[in-house]
Amino acid sequence: MSDPFTPRAQADGGREPQAPAAAQAGAGPQLHLAPPATASEAQDKEQRRESLPPVMELRDVSVFYGDFEAVRDTDLPIGHNHITAMIGPSGCGKSTILRALNRMNDLIPGARVSGKVTFHGQDIYASEVDPIQIRRRIGMVFQKPNPFPKSIYDNIAYGLRINGLKGRLDDQVEQALTGAALWDEVKDKLKTSALALSGGQQQRLCIARAIAVQPEVILMDEPCSALDPISTGKIEDLMRQLTETYTIVIVTHNMQQAARVSHFTAFFTAEVDDRQVRHGRLVEFDDTDRIFTNPADDRTEAYVTGRFG
Amino acid sequence: MTTTVPPAERADAGPPSLRRSALAPRRRITNRIAMVLITLALVIAVVPLAWVTISVLARGLEIMSWQFLTEDIPNSYRRHGPGMAPAIVGTFLITGAAALLAVPLGIFGAIYLNEYGKQRPLAQVIRTMADVMTGVPSIVMGLFIYTVVVVVTGEQTGFAGALALACLMLPIVIRSSEEILRLVPDDLRQASLALGARQWRTILTVVLPAAISGIASGALLAIARAAGETAPLVATIGIAFTVNPNLFSGQNTALPAQIFRNASQPFEGAQERAWGAALTLVVIVFVFTVVARVVVSRFAIKER
Amino acid sequence: MSTRTTKEEAARPALSGGSGGVRVERLFSWWTLATGLLVLAILALILITTTKQAWPALQDMGLRFITSSTWDPNPASGNPVFGSLAFIYGTAVSSLIALLIGVPISIGIALFLTELAPRRLRGSAVMVVDMLAAIPSVVFGLWGVLVLAPLLVHVYRWVHDVFAPVPGLNSIFGEPVGTGRSFMTAGVILAIMIIPIVTSISREVLSTVPQANKDAAFALGATQWEMITGAVFPHSFGGLVGAVMLGLGRAMGETIAVSLVIGGATNITPNVFAGGNSMAAVIVQQFGESTGTFTAALIGLGVVLFAMTVVINLAARLVVRRAEIRVRGAAT
Repeated sequence: MSDPFTPRAQADGGREPQAPAAAQAGAGPQLHLAPPATASEAQDKEQRRESLPPVMELRDVSVFYGDFEAVRDTDLPIGHNHITAMIGPSGCGKSTILRALNRMNDLIPGARVSGKVTFHGQDIYASEVDPIQIRRRIGMVFQKPNPFPKSIYDNIAYGLRINGLKGRLDDQVEQALTGAALWDEVKDKLKTSALALSGGQQQRLCIARAIAVQPEVILMDEPCSALDPISTGKIEDLMRQLTETYTIVIVTHNMQQAARVSHFTAFFTAEVDDRQVRHGRLVEFDDTDRIFTNPADDRTEAYVTGRFG
Repeated sequence: MTTTVPPAERADAGPPSLRRSALAPRRRITNRIAMVLITLALVIAVVPLAWVTISVLARGLEIMSWQFLTEDIPNSYRRHGPGMAPAIVGTFLITGAAALLAVPLGIFGAIYLNEYGKQRPLAQVIRTMADVMTGVPSIVMGLFIYTVVVVVTGEQTGFAGALALACLMLPIVIRSSEEILRLVPDDLRQASLALGARQWRTILTVVLPAAISGIASGALLAIARAAGETAPLVATIGIAFTVNPNLFSGQNTALPAQIFRNASQPFEGAQERAWGAALTLVVIVFVFTVVARVVVSRFAIKER
Repeated sequence: MSTRTTKEEAARPALSGGSGGVRVERLFSWWTLATGLLVLAILALILITTTKQAWPALQDMGLRFITSSTWDPNPASGNPVFGSLAFIYGTAVSSLIALLIGVPISIGIALFLTELAPRRLRGSAVMVVDMLAAIPSVVFGLWGVLVLAPLLVHVYRWVHDVFAPVPGLNSIFGEPVGTGRSFMTAGVILAIMIIPIVTSISREVLSTVPQANKDAAFALGATQWEMITGAVFPHSFGGLVGAVMLGLGRAMGETIAVSLVIGGATNITPNVFAGGNSMAAVIVQQFGESTGTFTAALIGLGVVLFAMTVVINLAARLVVRRAEIRVRGAAT
């Protein structure tokens, strides 16, 4: 089997033969989007995107740490090339669900996922599936920027190298940094330490590092919470650009951010059972507009209007 | 402006059929080999441990007997038969004397470092040099005491050996005691000082009692280490074949020294005695080590 | 304010003077300082007194003390010659072998403890290392000379035969000495003895790698080994170097076990299966029968050994400390 990772520069070698594009397993819940008001080119593209089924889906997913059910019964589609935000008060399972999407929970002893998490229709927790392959296709950016203690160049090159690319990777590094809107700021100092960059730059570097391996989905766990407002703004702009190519799922504490950038929003809350234990639960999922202007559930309305949380 | 190939096009090429553990074989094999080697490292370390223990047990038990523990050492290496009593007594006396010297001094030194000196430059220097001192070859300690004591008094004695061992133990006791003192929560000190007690009283009546089990454990480990040291004794205690209970006059002997002398002899009798002495020494060290661990786990400072 | 009664006066603690407390405090703090300074004093004294005692021999030989390979304390005629080059060589070779064998094992164990071991196994693994450290070096020496060396001779013979036709390597793996007491055996025993300290420091260093960096590597789809090489090693490289240096210091200073298994021959040869001697070992072997200048020369060896190990230890501690500061500072 050829190496699945064939970046653009080597686009000719050993690609898999194309399987029929039709017949995706399980269409899942349809994404209800408001019809476009005017027919512009951007909205044509949007319509094309809408017609694609969700790239990932959660069906009846619960996550357990040992016996403790941290999040229960989650049904959630992740729209292709859209930004889906997960909001809610602390401790209601948003990050847990996020980490279930790329099997990072596997690293926690005793963690278990029930229900079905699918990626292009395939259950990612099936026994024959390799988490390493999952994580290459579903990347992650963390709350606190965590560049490796290496040069900027080597940070990007790391992901490329473990996927078998050798030799000079200048093109791919430049591509990734451009894609993260960081190239102009660092192009003259690629060999300097990544730790010398500012917080916002480091986070964009982490985004560049993640997109260097060309994932399809990028998971972001409160990516701006450790940054100042200006860097936050830059990253939000970047997110919108990135949706041309990638699907993004973002967990955020910042409601306004969710309202600004996301197309769809999922609202989570915590329920306290009769033994005073908190469990997370998805309350409502809808277009962002609807969640923030006319939510269906009272709890959603209470949260987004600031009455609690 | 992204310039990458939109993954959407690739997704249309069909669901990624490459997820079934289809990791590039090179990566999978490298990872597997690395994990095996890492585990192997631990296994390799167990081999000498087990082998030495078994050898000492097997060969030591052959000669072990009550006579072995109570009779004098034969004064000819050629002779077969037991007797290591002088060495056993010597080990206890010399190591005991070394402990009496090094442990109190070490504890006071640790008190200086953690309670008074803290992060000040002089304390930093002392801390670093204490670490360096733990790395000084034990033979050098022996030569040092030879130079300042044996040459001056003209004779080799058990006490000189004790001094050399004490020099060896001192930095170890200081560093381990300091670690323990650092674990004592500051609230205890604050409470005592707030009542008007002076620092020395606080240290002696509040801090030390709280730290005593950890300090005792560290001291026991240092004693176990000293009991097994040979090189400092070579130049300082000479040799004896009968029990010499007087540390200050006359040469003496100890188990490690006897093991060393007898191990290099070509005679079977001597080698047997070496194994027997080794077994005795290992048992003594083992007992001290176990007691040290028990002390620390039973009476340790309870973390809040 | 009412007039004070004598009872109140007696009850009120004296707020002034308290001479007992202050004087005791001062004495106590000076006493503890003195014991701390004892460390520095002893180190200085060691250097001064042993150098002084060794001076007759050092003065006699001058620089040849460390450059000459002739060690002849009791010549038939003429003056004794004390050239310690062969012993410096022996110390270097046996320590090098010890590092080559012991460091990979130690780092492997440290990696096992920090990355691989399930919680239950960790305690037992740590115990193995601690027990290895507890065995007195003389017992290792005894086992080495009476059990290991005779067995290793067979291994050496086999290796010698395998490499006999290979130029270059056949001089390193030359004819093994019959008893098995050689540089190689000394190196093997030393490797076993440095494992505890190198493992312990390596483990401390490896455990400071922030989980965030490890997560980042995994999130990129790295295997566990790729995570270790990508996130753990770059972070801990400096500290690991320090750990290795500490192992080197320990190997160089080890006396008893080495003297029993290294062979006791004054010998400079590339053949690792040949017998030789090390600085520490020769002191312990020949001290008993030495007198006068001979004793001074042996003490002089001790001075050289002391200087070398202090320098290496100091450098090692500083390297570890600097590496800690650098990564801690970068992580904030």
